[in-house]
Amino acid sequence: MTAVTTAPRSIPRRPSAALPDEALLRMLRDMQLIREFENRTMQAYQQAKIGGFCHVYTGQEALVVGTFASVNHDDPIVTAYRDHGHALARGMSPRACMAEMFGRATGCAKGKGGSMHMFDKPNHLYGGHGIVGAQTALGAGLAFAVKYELEVLGRDLASGGNPKKRVALCYLGDGALNQGCLHEAMNLAGLWSLPVIFIVENNLYSMGTSIHRGTTSADDLTKKAAAYEIDGFSFDGMDILSLYDNFKPVADACRDDQKPAFVDIRTYRYKGHSMSDPQKYRTREEVEEYESKRDSIAMLAAHLMRDRACLSEDAWRAMQDELAEIVRDAVKFADESPWPDPKAELYSDVMVSPHPRMSPSGEYVEGACNPILEGQPGGGER
Amino acid sequence: MPTLDLITETPLHPYASGADFPGGAGPRPIQFREALREAMAEEMRRDPRIFLMGEEVAEYNGAYKVSQGMLDEFGPKRIIDSPISENGFAGLAVGAAMYGLRPIIEFMSWSFSLVAADQILNNVPKMLYMSGGQWGCPVVFRGNDGAGGQLGSTHSWAVEGLFSNVPGVKIAIPSNPYDAKGLLKTAIRDDDPVFFLESERMLGDKAHVPAPEDGDLLVPFGEAALRSVGDACTLVSFGRPVNFCLEAAADLREKEGIEVDVLDMRTIRPLDIDAIIRSLRTTSRLVVVDQCWPFASVASEVVAQVCERAFDLLDHQPLRVNSDDVPTPYSKALEAEFLPHKGKIVAAVRKTLGYT
Ligand SMILES: Cc1ncc(C[n+]2csc(CCOP(=O)(O)OP(=O)(O)O)c2C)c(N)n1
Ligand SMILES: [Mg+2]
Repeated sequence: MTAVTTAPRSIPRRPSAALPDEALLRMLRDMQLIREFENRTMQAYQQAKIGGFCHVYTGQEALVVGTFASVNHDDPIVTAYRDHGHALARGMSPRACMAEMFGRATGCAKGKGGSMHMFDKPNHLYGGHGIVGAQTALGAGLAFAVKYELEVLGRDLASGGNPKKRVALCYLGDGALNQGCLHEAMNLAGLWSLPVIFIVENNLYSMGTSIHRGTTSADDLTKKAAAYEIDGFSFDGMDILSLYDNFKPVADACRDDQKPAFVDIRTYRYKGHSMSDPQKYRTREEVEEYESKRDSIAMLAAHLMRDRACLSEDAWRAMQDELAEIVRDAVKFADESPWPDPKAELYSDVMVSPHPRMSPSGEYVEGACNPILEGQPGGGER
Repeated sequence: MPTLDLITETPLHPYASGADFPGGAGPRPIQFREALREAMAEEMRRDPRIFLMGEEVAEYNGAYKVSQGMLDEFGPKRIIDSPISENGFAGLAVGAAMYGLRPIIEFMSWSFSLVAADQILNNVPKMLYMSGGQWGCPVVFRGNDGAGGQLGSTHSWAVEGLFSNVPGVKIAIPSNPYDAKGLLKTAIRDDDPVFFLESERMLGDKAHVPAPEDGDLLVPFGEAALRSVGDACTLVSFGRPVNFCLEAAADLREKEGIEVDVLDMRTIRPLDIDAIIRSLRTTSRLVVVDQCWPFASVASEVVAQVCERAFDLLDHQPLRVNSDDVPTPYSKALEAEFLPHKGKIVAAVRKTLGYT
């Protein structure tokens, strides 16, 4: 394999060592795209172009990119509200992602979901979910369906062909460890051996509550999985190669044996919980420690330059510039995109097959409008 | 909004008469629970994506014997006993439905669905909208609703008022075995989520239901059935209280010669408000009978819609007969009084007629 021969100093037999340079460059690129995208997200939020609650992924990039690299594109994934990284790494266009946050018609959900609710069917992203922990039962459900395809239907629902062994990835924050829903979902997954991996994005805080103040067994979360007879693991999530090395075998085993796993991945968020967070609960030094010594992007870039010698300083700078341009374009695109037309969008997508008389305020069809406004001069201009 | 003139002038026809009359006599009387079972089994034979999950649905044969025998026919991968984790398995159904399956989730009682409120009210109805039309959530949630019989306050929820406030779900509520089967089959085929409200008190009710060989029994959503015909007053109801209305109608007819229309709405969302207005053209008087509490109830909604659309048709202010606005009591004597019983309905009709 060319990758191994061109990387004389890499340690043999690690799964990541077998990855070609292009795959690692792709990881670097995906992580940097998220970093750059989130910088612009924060800027746009401060300019009031983005509204509502908005949680950036800065610092945690290696977690999503490393775990995605370990599975197939058509393995279903579901996550919480800190979801921009998942959307981009899964292949959503930065334009559609940014436009969604701007609330524009060109957004991935036509401006009906927002920052916390990124959905992308072609990329098998079953949502960002705003309610802490609620997505964990959906993760169990995706895995149930995967298993049902294999054992009952004997066919692939999407293609009609032979069923595939898939594995569902279900991401959650450390705060969601304390939600009942997760525990019901883990019990069901353990009981029925559902192929879902519960991935704790353990960034040590849920808003201002450090994990030690929020949950039991904070230093060994795998104990929680043991209660449900689910294999538990705890991995570093800042070094993407070690994460890949650790996570890939777990994902393969869950797929092959159609069984669940629970993976605590240690990561860190550099920015506040959301866009309004004075961050009184942690020290500046703690943040700097991660940013300056353990940054996942800096570590991978250094590895590619030093150990693999497949990236030059110039090429890295060029990649950063190119990604900055892509994100600038996404912001411009979002800014120039039309608002959703209430006539077309307010009443559409409520029901797949709307019956007449579903609602007193208008039928669930394109063009519906509140009857109060009918026949009035100006049509109820806001 | 259709104005009055747009609503067809055709008078309402009573429900298909004779053997097919719901709740009526006929050659094939079956229990309400058997009707539900037939609906599920027929649909499961047709579509392998459908599975039934809930507490005690499989090995125990159903806490109320609705799913009796289904484990034998469909096996444990499609008739699935779940642990007591309503939020967990309701959410599991959401994920499975988004992926492409067609879950039927049995709540032993809708009272217990409250611990799954986040999944059934936050995720189920909103998924399609939040995802900009990418993913719907075709799940049927079904189970016992309303007072079961001395179960006390926690176990006697009538959820129709609470849940019909939320856009994005359809709500079906049959009053008899015929509709139970026909509405449930329609619900299972629907691409949207459906909350299907049954009643423990009706599961043993028997009525003629056409044989499966005679074709699929599909009762459409959003079409009320006229269950009794009269010109004095319009009684509007849904679910178990329709039967209280029929008792009241019989009493009024026999004792006072008063004839009333009884409209069985069959679905709350969609709501066949046009049928109500057509009946009011003849009667000009409205009583809505509803087993949930009065404040912000379905009855309140019916009255509001009638007032908005057909105020001029009314000769008397519309009246609501709900359960009393107190927690559901345990004692037989108190519970019987609490419900929207025949006596309250008769009194309400008489009031709209100005009788004292
Ligand atoms: C059920 C629920 N309760 C409270 C909130 C408000 N809330 C949003 S995020 C959050 C903290 C969650 O932290 P964690 O799970 O660790 O995820 P992180 O933000 O660190 O990614 C809280 C309390 C919510 N969205 N849902
Ligand atoms: Mg956290």
